[in-house]
Amino acid sequence: MVKLAEWRGKELFRKYGVPLPRGQVARSGAEAEQLVRLGAVPLPCVVKAQVLSGGRGKGGAVRFANTPEEVQVAAEAILGLEFKGEKVKEILLEEKLSIGRELYLSITLDRSLRLPIVIASAQGGVEIESVDDAAIDRVPVDPFPGLVSYERRRISKALGLTGAPAASLDRLLPALWRLFQAEDSELVEINPLAIVGDGLVALDAKVIIEDDAAFRHPEYADIRDDRTPLEEIAREKEIAFVQLDGNIGVIANGAGLTMATLDVLKEFGGNPGVFLDLGGTDDPKKVTEAFLLMAQARPRAVFLNIFGGVTRCDTVATGLVAAMQQVPASERFPLIARIRGNNEKEGIEILRAAGITSIPSLKESAQAVVAAARGPT
Amino acid sequence: MTVLVDAETRVVVQGITGHQGTVHTRQMKAFGTKVVAGVTPGKAGVEVEGVPVFDSVHEAVQAARANAACIFVPAPFAKDALLETVDAGIRLAVVVTEHIPFHDMLVMYHYARSKGARIIGPNCPGIAAPGKAKVGIIPNVVFQPGRVGVISRSGTLTYEIVNGIKEHGLGQSTCIGLGGDPVVGTSFVDALPLFQADPETDLIVMVGEIGGTAEEEAAEYIHAHVTKPVVAYIAGRSAPPGKRMGHAGAIISRGRGTAETKLAALQKAGAQVARFPYEIPDMVAAIVARQARR
Repeated sequence: MVKLAEWRGKELFRKYGVPLPRGQVARSGAEAEQLVRLGAVPLPCVVKAQVLSGGRGKGGAVRFANTPEEVQVAAEAILGLEFKGEKVKEILLEEKLSIGRELYLSITLDRSLRLPIVIASAQGGVEIESVDDAAIDRVPVDPFPGLVSYERRRISKALGLTGAPAASLDRLLPALWRLFQAEDSELVEINPLAIVGDGLVALDAKVIIEDDAAFRHPEYADIRDDRTPLEEIAREKEIAFVQLDGNIGVIANGAGLTMATLDVLKEFGGNPGVFLDLGGTDDPKKVTEAFLLMAQARPRAVFLNIFGGVTRCDTVATGLVAAMQQVPASERFPLIARIRGNNEKEGIEILRAAGITSIPSLKESAQAVVAAARGPT
Repeated sequence: MTVLVDAETRVVVQGITGHQGTVHTRQMKAFGTKVVAGVTPGKAGVEVEGVPVFDSVHEAVQAARANAACIFVPAPFAKDALLETVDAGIRLAVVVTEHIPFHDMLVMYHYARSKGARIIGPNCPGIAAPGKAKVGIIPNVVFQPGRVGVISRSGTLTYEIVNGIKEHGLGQSTCIGLGGDPVVGTSFVDALPLFQADPETDLIVMVGEIGGTAEEEAAEYIHAHVTKPVVAYIAGRSAPPGKRMGHAGAIISRGRGTAETKLAALQKAGAQVARFPYEIPDMVAAIVARQARR
């Protein structure tokens, strides 16, 4: 998923007509000071770190300023921060508004209903998870008619709105719905959505774009998720690769089999740390690349657990043996293989010729991997 | 008709001239499936694996009386392919294509449903009834005809489990791979009644994964409506929270959709719960032995 920083989310809000405070992005203290001095952002203003983690207010990543000098000081303080492991490179300067009530509004997917749902609560400004269920309304929206009038009235009521702010919501909701659909969003969230005078203003913006829709959104190609360098390389090679703490590497094919393998290793006291899902492939080169990637993660032992369906066991074995020859002796690690299914016999034979035994039982092979990872130290 | 497919199933393969389409057309035919047509716009008149290719699904239905579709069309064009299938009057579509945006799938699902058509998938292995027909990509080697029904969210793990059942000398009535995407055309709750009603199925194996609440909903359905024995397994018990494990569905979040909540719900519903995939064949064999004694 592509999580957009607040300012990028707000650019989308502006494009679709969701009301916002006046604001500008800056990347240095001097630039921030200049923007305020030129009147691009009215004073007093808010200076907000552009990071993806929540809890910015409490974490000192949001500050207020009354003069251009104060803006520069606040900007420089925030730009130096490392907020929950994320370096602050951009700040958003926004006019400080005099706000009334704070509301919560979002649109996301309900997998069970197989429908988008609007989530609305009159208790905004806090994490929605902490709000009592009774104070949250969830309104499923059928994509064919879209978000219709009576649904908008229901949402308005859930937010406790009447009069001018209700009319403001009636214009905001279709805009947010269009954004949700047209931008292939997994989530659009406004928290808080504030009552300002007679209208509504989105004080924050959280937009997540779905990965699978990336082909329709080249504008987000530069946004990186929180991946390790190896995960990034894997992504470019279209290999599903997850790196965590742990010393056993797992190469499997298919998400379900990968997870089941992990479950079995944990059961026997293993500590799997790198998971590589080969997916369906009939290209030995891809197997070699995947295996070399795994070697770079420096695992204590590697478990190759393949069930050949679309993927053939002999393809995997050929790719694996080619990769083993490229790993320098000093970086070798114990390899335990279990290859079953399509062309199993041929695959096992290729491995045997290279001195690798395939253990047919999942239980026994997993135990062997755990023992090898403990190994003689 | 057993569960969705049988010897009367006549398959049109969309995207038949692509690599995957061609390979799996051959495999489906080897399984004994009647693959009667292929569709690739602009390629009408050629043959792939002895199957005539048409420009549109309408033509395939008219000329070859296709009544089920297997879709291999790349993700950006999959929505169009499915809508065409439904409009041509086909009421069962297996969508093998992966990485279809869920916004597209929402349109596909609700459109199909409004016309009385069923989608299996997307990003799924499809459906197979040994001795009858296969629509999709499940490897032929794992099957043998029998009376165990299998419903799964996984791909390879399903093959592993079905193969294990076969190695215990037992066969399958029908096996459905539902797919692991956030929006699926057929869920556990949609598939369970088909197996409960199927006279050729004696017991049901259910393979779930962490993420979402499909297994919890299945548990409620089993409790209320399923009288046949159910053996359930949930993959990803030890997966780290918040990490995507390949399947978009396999994300644990907000304390819901964990393996614990799913396993507890299934156990409460009366299902037998396997902790590891290799326990499933033994549990299935024990149930079959018990049923045989009655």
